[in-house]
Amino acid sequence: MSATFLGMPGNFPQNSALAVQDSQLRYNLRKATHTIRGKRATVVGELSDWAELRAAGKAIKDETLRHLDRYLIQLEEAVTRAGGTVHWARDAAEANRIVAGLVQATGETEVVKVKSMATQEIGLNEALAEQGITAYETDLAELIVQLGDDFPSHILVPAIHRNRAEIRDIFLDRMGDAPPDLTDEPAALAEAARLHLRERFLRSKVAISGANFMVAETGTLVVLESEGNGRMCLTLPETLISVVGIEKLLPSWRDLEVFLQLLPRSSTGERMNPYTSTWTGSVEGQDFHLVLLDNGRTDVLADEVGRQALRCIRCSACLNVCPVYERAGGHAYGSVYPGPIGAILTPQLRGMSSALDASLPYASSLCGACFEVCPVAIDIPEVLVDLRAKAPHGPAERAGMRVAGWIFNDHVRLAKAQRLAGRLRKLVPRRLPGPASAWTDTRDLPEIPAESFRDWWERDERA
Amino acid sequence: MRVALFITCVNDTLFPGTGKAAVSLLRRLGCDVEFPAAQTCCGQMHVNTGYREEGVRLARHFTEVFAAYDAVVAPSGSCAAMIREQYPKLVRPGSRGAAAIAEVTPKVFELSEFLIDVLQVDDVGAYFPHRVTYHPTCHSLRGLRLADRPTRLLRNVRGLDLVPLPAADECCGFGGTFAVKNPAVSAAMGADKVRNVLDTGAEVLCAADNSCLMHIGGTLGRQRTGVRVMHLAEILAATETAMEGTST
Amino acid sequence: MSAREEILARIRRAVDGAPEVEIRRAYRTTSEVADLVRLFAERVDDYRAIVHVIPAAEVPARIAGLVGDRRMIIPDGLPREWAAGVPAGLHDADGVVTGCAVAIAETGTIVLDSGPGQGSRAQTLVPDYHLCVVRAGQIVPGVPEAVARLDPARPLTWISGPSATSDIELNRVEGVHGPRTLEVIISS
Repeated sequence: MSATFLGMPGNFPQNSALAVQDSQLRYNLRKATHTIRGKRATVVGELSDWAELRAAGKAIKDETLRHLDRYLIQLEEAVTRAGGTVHWARDAAEANRIVAGLVQATGETEVVKVKSMATQEIGLNEALAEQGITAYETDLAELIVQLGDDFPSHILVPAIHRNRAEIRDIFLDRMGDAPPDLTDEPAALAEAARLHLRERFLRSKVAISGANFMVAETGTLVVLESEGNGRMCLTLPETLISVVGIEKLLPSWRDLEVFLQLLPRSSTGERMNPYTSTWTGSVEGQDFHLVLLDNGRTDVLADEVGRQALRCIRCSACLNVCPVYERAGGHAYGSVYPGPIGAILTPQLRGMSSALDASLPYASSLCGACFEVCPVAIDIPEVLVDLRAKAPHGPAERAGMRVAGWIFNDHVRLAKAQRLAGRLRKLVPRRLPGPASAWTDTRDLPEIPAESFRDWWERDERA
Repeated sequence: MRVALFITCVNDTLFPGTGKAAVSLLRRLGCDVEFPAAQTCCGQMHVNTGYREEGVRLARHFTEVFAAYDAVVAPSGSCAAMIREQYPKLVRPGSRGAAAIAEVTPKVFELSEFLIDVLQVDDVGAYFPHRVTYHPTCHSLRGLRLADRPTRLLRNVRGLDLVPLPAADECCGFGGTFAVKNPAVSAAMGADKVRNVLDTGAEVLCAADNSCLMHIGGTLGRQRTGVRVMHLAEILAATETAMEGTST
Repeated sequence: MSAREEILARIRRAVDGAPEVEIRRAYRTTSEVADLVRLFAERVDDYRAIVHVIPAAEVPARIAGLVGDRRMIIPDGLPREWAAGVPAGLHDADGVVTGCAVAIAETGTIVLDSGPGQGSRAQTLVPDYHLCVVRAGQIVPGVPEAVARLDPARPLTWISGPSATSDIELNRVEGVHGPRTLEVIISS
């Protein structure tokens, strides 16, 4: 996945421990996630058939994945018939090569971009830069991130970790044409971005996008957005290159009736997002290229439990309800996919060979809030637990768990262990050394009773 | 009614008072309570930490121990959820273990479920003259979907003043080994939960899970707040004659 | 092996033996809405767009009144009586008047399909002011009815309120790159 995040050190516990100490970050995250959580709950509550939409969404995605080969071929035919060109990329490097080649063929050295998770995942901007091509992000939050030399920390709202004052400072520092008297009013900041990007939109000859959905039956691509930067990029430039994960497919046009209800309500908490664009092949004389991206997705597909992660429509509802995300922030996950969905997607796409990736399946208390709000019913706790079984375990933990398993395997052994603990109970210090300090640094230990329940029963009740 | 008590390893070892309270409560309601001595642990810690093999062994052990009973009551939402929700996913459908699990899991109840759905009582005749707030715990709320069963029982306790807990549905940050694998985030979640508990002005924080209470109670204790934690069974077991049961 | 062949082969290996899936569409595909115009007007208004509900006969005069002497794009196929203001090109226009292909009451959405009187996609994007006329008969209750009416071969733009962003502390701000003012006339 992206080279963007290779600089992220350590593992999730270390990264999140730093984040927890950042009171400004915690305030920003708490405010933002609670706001959007409430909005989502309201608009989801408006639909009497939400459960049925969710069940249909899940089934449609599962059906698509079951016959993904067939639907991709159907899509390719439809796009080609409509005047578009379809490219296939096994991995990030291949996708980046294809896109760079297409841009170079136009003779341009600048491109405008619509916010896209797939292109972040493959590190496209950095790859284009190596070829002398500058990619300009046009989504407001992506612009904030790009200008601030920062990393996105949320799927929907990449600059969620920044508040208005910080954004104003970034604009004043890094956006050449920001008015010197810029205030931190959101409307003033949005206006500054509007003016900054307007000329670029009108000038750019090449745009790069992702897509929220692709319809196999018709060859139609669908992009949902709010600001209009998407419309600018999709319609004005002469060449449009869309990089889309192979799992973004839907079999039929009709399926949009489900997803155009599920996505906006789950994502921004609106009945409908301000703008949705759909196009089929080459439109109004535009040269259209579709790059279909695998980059680990077929490995995920091969996993019976983990493949449900490919149902994800990137709404980010799971981030907004996650108590761990709320306190750790997106950067701690070290991936373009943070939060609960990231904790199951990243280790599947990248493997678990790094300390960071191996720690991600444990970045959850398994509280289940994510599963409850997921519009395509991805059982994230189930996948987390499954990944934990595949994750590498340290030797000390493994030994401890083996001993615990051995004791629990036999009630006589368990009773003996309990009696031993009972005898030693006065010797337990208030603060424990070593790894056990992780508990006692902030919490008292429960008092160990003199007698276990089973011994009491044996003595008192059995007769 | 012949009922097997699945005490759970945490209650057995650390919170025997909860088990004693459950026994006295169930007997008061006319149940013939048995304690199958061969029981140990449901395997949740192993499975949820990534040690599936050990967990499956413990799940098999559980199904053998409790196969013969009509009803199994567990004073823990988390362990009951483990058995009912996760056991079926641990084994291949159609295997021998799958049949045994399918046999036993529908007979396993969390305590408040058993009282309301099986015994059909929502007033257990308890007396507990204190201000109490209730934390629903994740696995009871979103796993078992206990909904208002525990609070219905608490509302009918004489003398008890039940005050709502703000942001009750948010996880307390325990999460089993999460509490030690991600101590910073776990503690931050616990601190927020404690703040909400303190905002209620309650004397007692109640839940149907001692593992969550161990975490929240440990935080309350470290901060010397004076708020006690009590398992649901202990409050429901308390009567005018046996004041407050045992509160270990 | 080409990338295409390799990806397809990987997929076939990955899903080999996976169970078939049945799709049940138990959600609403049609809805009964007592007053479509009212619901649509309310929902458009929720996005802080400006809404007028007027009889069809009054539409031309209302357009003229709203547009005044603004420089306007007049899309091909726009009903002659809806043309108002000073005709202008894409880059010097203040606004655009269009009709629409379909409108959705439940979500307050108008959909343009580049048909007659709806302009090209750029024409409804670049100017800062978009005045859209929706005939009452074009309003459907929900998203499923709209999807069924639309032609996927045409480029579609679904518009729900003015351009907006929630990227700063999740505060909604109207008006970023698309038209900052959306005005909708519902002709009943």
